[in-house]
Amino acid sequence: MKKFNVNDIRKDFPILSREVNGKPLVYLDNGATSQKPQVVIDAINSYYSHDNANIHRGVHTLSQVATTAYEEARKKIQHWINAELSEEVLFTKGTTDGVNIISNAWGRFHLQKGDEVIITEMEHHSNIVPWQMICDERQAKLKVIPVNDAGELQMKEYKKMLSEKTKMVALVHISNTLGTINPVKEIIKLAHEVGAKVLVDGAQQVAHAAPNVRDLDADFYVFGLHKMFGPTGVGVLYGKKELLDEIPPYQGGGDMIKTVTFEKTTYNELPHKFEAGTPNISAGIATAAAVDYITSLNWDEIHVHEQELLNYATAELKKIKGLKIIGEAREKASVISFIVEGVHAYDLGVIVDKMGIAVRTGHHCTQPLMNRFGIQGTIRASFAFYNTKEEVDVLIAALNRAIKMLV
Amino acid sequence: MTINERQDEVIEEFEMFEDWMDKYEYLISLGKELPLTEEAKKIEENIIKGCQSRVWLAADMNDSKIQFTADSDAIITKGIISLMIRVLTDSSPKEIMESELYFIDKVGLKEHLSPTRSNGLVSMVKQMKMYAIAYSSKV
Repeated sequence: MKKFNVNDIRKDFPILSREVNGKPLVYLDNGATSQKPQVVIDAINSYYSHDNANIHRGVHTLSQVATTAYEEARKKIQHWINAELSEEVLFTKGTTDGVNIISNAWGRFHLQKGDEVIITEMEHHSNIVPWQMICDERQAKLKVIPVNDAGELQMKEYKKMLSEKTKMVALVHISNTLGTINPVKEIIKLAHEVGAKVLVDGAQQVAHAAPNVRDLDADFYVFGLHKMFGPTGVGVLYGKKELLDEIPPYQGGGDMIKTVTFEKTTYNELPHKFEAGTPNISAGIATAAAVDYITSLNWDEIHVHEQELLNYATAELKKIKGLKIIGEAREKASVISFIVEGVHAYDLGVIVDKMGIAVRTGHHCTQPLMNRFGIQGTIRASFAFYNTKEEVDVLIAALNRAIKMLV
Repeated sequence: MTINERQDEVIEEFEMFEDWMDKYEYLISLGKELPLTEEAKKIEENIIKGCQSRVWLAADMNDSKIQFTADSDAIITKGIISLMIRVLTDSSPKEIMESELYFIDKVGLKEHLSPTRSNGLVSMVKQMKMYAIAYSSKV
């Protein structure tokens, strides 16, 4: 395996050499979406230039070529997340879609009056609202695991909440706002002890390491490809076969049926049962290129590099007067949220953008978590493996300059 | 002065600035100077929620003319609000309803009025016109 060299890696991502507002782009909004390597861009281009046809339908050559490429991508994802079977890997529109499929299809089938669903205080709205909706409908109760001041889940409280009433635990693997890496394996084990199922939102995890769904023993694991250097508009819902088999489909349409008459329709088998309609074929196929690309990298060294970026940026940020880091969990991915006393996050975001730096400001779709910390929003710098220490320096200098203007 | 005359005045002022730094420093100073809305008016029904920053807007009518007061928790947003108030306040409901705010584009602050910024400014302009419509029925 090739030694990791950040300057070489950066050459794989054409966008990283562009300028923004006359300054070299410093892209620190990887938590929102990652940039794409040339091989992924080429795969999309090549599909439309040479192989475009609808899949799972035609006997003609192009349709078969496209179908094969699409199913190859599914297998690559299967191996990457260590799923037992390729039909346990369902293509979706993204993380949010995956949560909604399970909250609707699984929730409507299993949840009864008085049942309980547990989520956490650090969930993204997309892992809160779908559960609120189905709990309302099924008259089930939603419980929330609280977060401590460091931004870690309070495991004692979680253990107290678990009972035979618990039917589902839905939680985020890595917090998009705090960077906290949750002890998912332990949480799943505890849930299984009371007979509950677990859905993991892996949206942020997939940019930092492959999730091992069998080792975690996750029942459902959802993520989007665009945060793992693949295209937008496609995601994955992993589910254990026996759990996906027993629940009815969520959406009706083409591809998901076996036979249709006006009296009765029988459904197709996994994975197609949950993949109604023509999917995002080009993105699905380019997913294969994304998985090939990331598996070719040296992830042990990437992990070290990302932790160095996190530690360096944290130390440098703390030198800024009045700056407070929100989220100081012991286990943390390369995501840093912070606030500066007397300065609004929006104002800082606007000024540093003028200096070519992309950071995210606001509540990060985690309003309950903002309420927990008693703040309106934060500034978030989220790093990918292609970011550098020099970029951290540019960020720090820009922040100092912006604060001087604003205070 | 008409609304358009005030807009042209702002455009002229901004022509002096050489780069974005000067422009934003000016906006920030405007934001700092804008008299704070009294806390009594910073109530839930006057709040315009953006995803990024919050804006409070209130309107009163004196001598058939509308007076706006507004505030924001973000200083740059407040600077832009200050410009909008300067352009629109103390005008008749009819003038406000018929006005077209071209100065934002001309002074290079259009990005702040894009819906994706979700800083509450787009909703604020809408709300200013809504006040004008509401007051026009009372004239």
